[in-house]
Amino acid sequence: MLLARATEDKLASLYRAGMIKGGVFLGKGQEALSTASAIFLRKGDIFGPLIRDQAGRLAFGDTVLDTFRTYLGSAQGPMRGRDGNIHRGRPREGYYAMISHLGAMVPVVAGGLYARRLRGETGVVGVTSIGDGGTSTGAFHEGINLAAVERLPLVVVIANNQYAYSTPNNRQFACGDLLDKAAGYGIAGYKCDGTDPAACLETLHMAVQSAREGNGPQMVVATLLRLVGHGEHDDAGYVDASLRKANVGRDCLEVGANQLAENGLARPEDIAAWTKEAQAEVEAALNKAQREKGPDPSAEEWCAISTARLIDGHSGAEEE
Amino acid sequence: MSVTYLEAIRAAQEKALAEDPRVFIYGQDVGVFGGAFKATKNLAAEFPGRVMDSPLSEDAIVGMAIGAAIEGARPIVEMQFADFSTVGFNQIVNQAATLYYRTDVPCPIVVRLPSGGTLGAGPFHSQSMEAIYSHYPGIVVMTPATVEDAYSMLLEAVSIDDPVVFCEHKLLYYHLKAEKLPDTAMPAGKARIARAGRDATVVTYSAMLHESLQAAEELVQEGWQIEVIDLRTVKPLDTDTVLASVARTGRMLAVGEAWPWGGVTAEVIARVATEGFGLLDAAPMRLNAKETPVPYHPDLWAAHRPTATTIAARLRQLLTQ
Repeated sequence: MLLARATEDKLASLYRAGMIKGGVFLGKGQEALSTASAIFLRKGDIFGPLIRDQAGRLAFGDTVLDTFRTYLGSAQGPMRGRDGNIHRGRPREGYYAMISHLGAMVPVVAGGLYARRLRGETGVVGVTSIGDGGTSTGAFHEGINLAAVERLPLVVVIANNQYAYSTPNNRQFACGDLLDKAAGYGIAGYKCDGTDPAACLETLHMAVQSAREGNGPQMVVATLLRLVGHGEHDDAGYVDASLRKANVGRDCLEVGANQLAENGLARPEDIAAWTKEAQAEVEAALNKAQREKGPDPSAEEWCAISTARLIDGHSGAEEE
Repeated sequence: MSVTYLEAIRAAQEKALAEDPRVFIYGQDVGVFGGAFKATKNLAAEFPGRVMDSPLSEDAIVGMAIGAAIEGARPIVEMQFADFSTVGFNQIVNQAATLYYRTDVPCPIVVRLPSGGTLGAGPFHSQSMEAIYSHYPGIVVMTPATVEDAYSMLLEAVSIDDPVVFCEHKLLYYHLKAEKLPDTAMPAGKARIARAGRDATVVTYSAMLHESLQAAEELVQEGWQIEVIDLRTVKPLDTDTVLASVARTGRMLAVGEAWPWGGVTAEVIARVATEGFGLLDAAPMRLNAKETPVPYHPDLWAAHRPTATTIAARLRQLLTQ
């Protein structure tokens, strides 16, 4: 959580300095839920993160270096300058690379699990996350319904962060609680306080465990408030000020620090030291990524398929 | 013994399932029922657990196939009608088509689209989607016109590592027959000269091949020899074969069942005009369906799509230009 926060704080300042190639979309306030989403996954599991999952990505094994490489467009990053920011992934390692269309990863992660089952693998889990806005998409519905019919070990984590871009919950869905949807799909559902790291860990542990044991798809709905705009270009002026002051507006990092202190697990000075450590790691990764080159358009393989003999050679592009 | 176009598609899937344990079939009613057109008849019994009914969810069906492909499977998905693939469009053009370029991970899925018009099928069961999918980089689009190609190209579609939109024509399902399935095949991506001629070239594909061949026969009586090219695959498009033919004949008509705006015929003409302008003795022409939704009544439908009669008429214009 600390590493994700340090990474994102740096990304925000780089964005303001005009040093990022594209948009910056942060998960500030969602670190507890996001970390919990991925931390119980093992090698061989599948993680299909969404935009606010910097923390979950790191928990699944993504590196701070690859984060900066992608935002800076380094040719050495996993996306080689071909796609940016939150779209990064390493699908061969079970770390799927999201597309911008919300909900679309739900059936894709389900498909990964389906293939694993066809191969006879058991005990595999796939986690994907989504926001309150994404729950309105057809892909979300179709994907969960399919996973439910197939009884796939899919965990869908919903961060109800109160706003989809600027659209509040009451313009997004009319059910009393997003958790009601779980019953509609015939799957298990859990609720938790997304600002509470201990609660997030406990809930996700339960959900992942249950999916791993073969109990079909699981849905987790966590309530929290995103503490930043939709992207760094957005000042989030539309957020109701009373929400910020309410329980839902708590910073999960502060809640976590208090929980550690209360349980005698870490003192504030420990957390300060870990924060410094995280910041140093971020600086080192950034320095390295900044020294790397971007892609070379003249050396780029401008080819979208892998079967060389079926590449369309007469697309109207200029001849070499 | 003879084999229909539909039986060839079924036989190809049976062979693919038998030879490669990574292959599975997923789609609406493809299981015990054997598919809306029976293209998967008996396969569920023959390959238990590998030919499965899906929910009515085109987006999820394609998305699921993509996830499975990432994990090394080789899924074949059936869209009950090509028209319904619009519901899965996002997954095809944004997820499947971008995967390899973005991540270096190929996406070996086959999306079977029962395509094109039939009698009384109307606006939502008649569409030809090949141009739309061809427009996006990252997708191979196959449009077999013969029983032999339906078989061999579907096998090839399963074997290659990239997403293939396989446009099989419903009108050809039951009526088109061959003596037997082929042992050897012309590879996808190569066009075939279906009929040799010297006076003009018709470039076409799928069901329009048969209308075009009939038109060419009609014109023999008037002294014209028409060359007919079956593109077989619209993406990639075999421009070389088209240009070589136009070099011989000097005149070209591109025929497609799809709507006229943009599309395969437009692409063929654009390529010939930009790369083979000097080969042309007359302005290239094209013939497509009319620019309306596909009508329901058989009389309207017959007038909506190009037919041997309208192709022959357009050829007469081209030949006397």
